[in-house]
Order: sequence, then structure tokens, then C-alpha cells
Amino acid sequence: MKIIVCVKQVPDTSGKVAVNPDGTLNRASMAAITNPDDLNAVEAALTLKEQTGAEVIIVSMGPPPAEGMLREILARGADRAVLVSAREFGGSDTYATSQILAAAIEKIGIEKDTVVFCGRQAIDGDTAQVGPQIAEKLGLPQVSYAADIQKDGDTLTVKRMLEDGYMTIKVKTPCLVTCIKELNNPRYMSVSGIFECYSKPYEIFDYNTLKDNPLIDATTIGLKGSPTNILTSFTPPQKGAGMMLEGADKETCDKLAGLLAAKHII
Amino acid sequence: MDFHLTKEQEMVRKMYREFAETEVKPLAEELDEEERFPMETVEKMGKLGMMGIYFPKEYGGAGGDVLSYAMCVEELSKVCGTTGVVVSAHTSLCCAPIFENGTEEQKQKYLPDLCSGKKIGAFGLTEPGAGTDASGQQTTAVKNENGDYVLNGSKCFITNGNVASTFVVFAMTNKALGNHGISAFIVEKDFPGFSTGKHEKKMGIRGSSTCDLIFEDCIVPKENLLGKEGDGFKIAMKTLDGGRIGIASQALGLGEGAIDEAIKYTQERVQFKKRLSQFQNTQFQLADMHTRMQAAQYLVYAAAMKKQNHEPYSMDAAMAKLFAAEAASDVTRRAVQLFGGYGYTREYPVERMMRDAKITEIYEGTSEVQRMVIANHLGVK
Repeated sequence: MKIIVCVKQVPDTSGKVAVNPDGTLNRASMAAITNPDDLNAVEAALTLKEQTGAEVIIVSMGPPPAEGMLREILARGADRAVLVSAREFGGSDTYATSQILAAAIEKIGIEKDTVVFCGRQAIDGDTAQVGPQIAEKLGLPQVSYAADIQKDGDTLTVKRMLEDGYMTIKVKTPCLVTCIKELNNPRYMSVSGIFECYSKPYEIFDYNTLKDNPLIDATTIGLKGSPTNILTSFTPPQKGAGMMLEGADKETCDKLAGLLAAKHII
Repeated sequence: MDFHLTKEQEMVRKMYREFAETEVKPLAEELDEEERFPMETVEKMGKLGMMGIYFPKEYGGAGGDVLSYAMCVEELSKVCGTTGVVVSAHTSLCCAPIFENGTEEQKQKYLPDLCSGKKIGAFGLTEPGAGTDASGQQTTAVKNENGDYVLNGSKCFITNGNVASTFVVFAMTNKALGNHGISAFIVEKDFPGFSTGKHEKKMGIRGSSTCDLIFEDCIVPKENLLGKEGDGFKIAMKTLDGGRIGIASQALGLGEGAIDEAIKYTQERVQFKKRLSQFQNTQFQLADMHTRMQAAQYLVYAAAMKKQNHEPYSMDAAMAKLFAAEAASDVTRRAVQLFGGYGYTREYPVERMMRDAKITEIYEGTSEVQRMVIANHLGVK
């Protein structure tokens, strides 16, 4: 069994966020981390590996320094890593990225029982588009926002979290699942994993590796192949501090009802 | 000397730091307050390979190196001196002497459970009458008719004593030979005649278990002799050389942790309408504190690298422990001073760090013993 996990290196937005004059993120000045939801996807894959003995392959598109992130995931227990990296792929939006990643996944090979895991969304763009688009390009069934995954033979039963509840979906492999943080707690790297990670298989897929795939077309990859245009980006105005009312007495309840009525909420 | 860490060492430090911040720091105050041993942390560390960092995989170790072990104790001690010494005593004082002196059978039998954290290790050398003068061992080991050893006597101040399953213990097999009559044994906690005493109430590292070991006609099978009869003193001294790297790392972490706290606090605390960090006294204090710990780090890492490379490192380990321990005591005390009255309360961690730091000048060879070792290496007699 082959499990493929898509991961992305992103700027750490928990610290200071730097923005270029054109509104894009100034990635160079921010620390790079593994996208948090992608670590949940990695954990899902490693859990499945423990249950089934599957091979876990991680794939990322990015510049060569993304190797550090991939090695760290190998240190968590993944078996091999693929970095998709070429000048031709630079500037890709989610549409172009999913084309390229889909081609890379085809190159790795999808078997009957393959599961592709992605994080729900990356903290830099917050689009949640790449996972679903990869599934579309590969013609795989997909379940997004997975908060629980159970495997039984060739069927995954996935709890799909929505804002107001959840759906339980059964899906047959091969399939693609996007993962949310409620799914699991990502494990730490282990000491032995760290001392092994630089001897695990690590490959780079460049333009030449993938160019024969029909998905790799000059009009659908890189900046030129990206239909997304950023019109403007701005820092949203800060929300004012909320109001807290404490107590269960009649006076507090009346006050609350009055405030809600004044805002036409009730 | 190359002071660059390898990619693996950088990565492993990142992992320790994440682990220490998430799993260890939140418990530190409680362990100290309740004098509680962090068993749950040991279990987690075992799974991550932190209880057998530099031992080969064939014995269940993580296949890392000595510097990565030192960094582990350092990072843990930055947030919790107790957790730091649990790993240090277990690794340096129990796993290491078995790995370095044990037979293949002994290594296969004991190391996998120790390295996985399933069992905790300890070391029994100190006795009520044999502290700095370790040669004054009163515990005896006498061969019985089966060729097994019968141990009688007691050990004191044994780190991990109440929680360990495997002990490296020293006893006199031939009193007439003095130091050459001391032998080392691997003792299991379930051996008949073995028991532990009460938990010592200490000034610092209060979550760490410290107790007496009592041997009353304790039968130790002959195959549990570690090394040869009479090798004990040599094994103990060699083990303590390695142990000093662990304690130096603990001291290093305590000092660095106190500096981290002091930087944070002095940037927040306002007096005379200025942040404390804006006063030159604060800046100079922190500059001195950091310089001392940085110097300590070089000494500790150098000793660890030499041990890794199988170079003589006895003097390096002594210098590292002497300097790091005294620096840690000084730096943590200064951190309390920068915090003022708040630093003296248990609301902030620096008073705990100051209490924890003091022991690093005492155990596994006092600072005075380190000076003796260093002077001896210099040929000053």
C-alpha cells in the first residue's frame, strides 16, 4: 500500500507577518515552517502506516530549501520524499500547483489502495483549493475536512467536519482526503528518525521529470499558467474588544436581552 | 575545533526544544512543589529515543551522538532541572557503564529496556562514609558457594533510586586491595535482599527521586558482575567522567533558562517609567550572564565531542562541569536579583532554577573534586 502526503513549507504567521509593497507575503523575512494542517495529514498517513505497513511518500512543491522540511517529516517516520522543484513551476497559483502536484503523484504512482492526504489549507494563502483540485485532476474521489478516518479493507470511513455538524462518508480507495487539526495530534520527530532522515530516499522532480505528463503544459503551469490575479490585499480592520456580562441573575439577563434587542438580534 | 552543528544535531535540538516547551515546561512547577517524579514524561521520552540517545540501534538506542545527548539534557534543563537530571543519571550513570563495560549478554539483556525508557537506570557509588572519597566503600560483596555475590551495606543520595529497575552498584570484593578491591555489579530491583529507603527532601531538583539503597544479603548472580573483579573503581571514575558531561549540560540549561526568563521579565517590568531592560545595569548583567553561559556551552560541547570521538576527555568534562555549574549558580542567582521581590516568590521559575542549580556544584563530583581532577591532569602535585 502506498500513501502519498502533500505538504507545503509556509511562512510562520504566528510571529510578525511581513508584506511586500504589492501585497504578497514577504516570505524571505519570515521563518519557514511546515504548514500545520499538513502535519495532521502526515500523522494520518503514519497512523495508517502503523496499521497496514504502508509506504508513506511525502511530496512538496517548492524551492530547494524545502528539503529541510521534508527531512523533518522523514524524521517523523515517512519513508521517502519527493521535492517538485523547477524554475518553470515558479509563481504557480492553486490551479497550476495542483496540475503539477497531480503530475508528480501520477509519476510516484497511484495504486488500487493508495490514499493521498493533504492538509485542509495552507496558512499563507488559506484557499483550501489545492487538495480538492488535485483530486479532480487525478479523477480521484475526495473527502475534505476529515476529523476521523477508519480504514476497513478498501474502504475509508471519514468523519467530515462542517461548521454546523459533521457528515460520515464512506469512500473507496484510491482516494484523496484533506485533514483538519481535530483529526489527530502530530507526533514529534524521534531521535532515531532524525539520525536516519538524511539516508532515506530523497528525489527531486524537475520540469524534465514531469514534462511528458499532459498536465504539464506551458499554459497551465507557473506564473503564466495561473489564472489567479490578486487585485488588492490589505490588513483587515481589528475587531473591537467584546463585551462580557457575568452572572445568571435577572438584572444581568435583562441587560443582555436589552443589548441584543438594541442590535436587532432578538 | 569545528563548532558547527550537523544538520541532524540542529534538527534534534529543535525537537528537544519543542518537546521541552510543550511537554516538560507545563509540569515543572508542579513537580517541584509536589516533589513528584515525572513518570509520564519518561514514558514519552522513551518513545522518542531520548532515554538512549547515543547508544547503537542494536541495543535499542537511537543511534545518535554524545553531543545530541548533552543538548537533550540542556534543553530539558532550560525549563525543568528535574527532568534534565532524570535523563542524565539514567544515561550517563547506568546505560553508559553497561554499554562500555558489559558483556554482550549483559548489553543485550539490559540496554533495550533502558534505552526505550521501559526501565529507568541508576548508579550506586556514594555511601554515608564514602562521598568525595569514593574509595572508602563499606558495602561488601562476598562470593557464596554458587559463585554468586552476596552484597551487604548501603548507598545514599541515589538519583532515580526509588523509580529505577536497574542499578550499577559498587562494592568491595577484596578490602585488602583498596581501590583495586572494588567491583561493579548490575543489580535489579527485584533481587532478594535489595530495598530502597525513603525519598530525600531536597533544596532543588525536588521532583527527582533521591534515596538510599539497602543491601541485606542481597544475592547478585555471578553473571551480573560488570567488568572484572577489582575493576569497579576504574569503571566508577570513567563513568563519572561521562556523567559530568550530563551534569554540566544540566547546569548549562538551567543558566540559559534563567536568562530566557530574565530577558522576558525585564522587557515587561516597568519601574521609574522605564522597562527594566532599558537600565544599563540590566543590560550589563544580562550581557555578563549570557557570556558566562556561552563560554560554558563551548566547554560542554567540546567535552561531548571529544567523548564522541573517543579522545581523552576526562579533564574537559571536569572543566565543563566546574565552569558550567558555577556559572549556573551565579547566573540563576543574578536572575533572581533582576526579578527583585517577584523573583523570590514561587510565582516565577527563577527561584526554582537557582535552587536546582546549586546541586550541579555538588553531585557527580563537587567543584572541588573537579579542580583536583584538572590539577592532576596538569601534573600539579
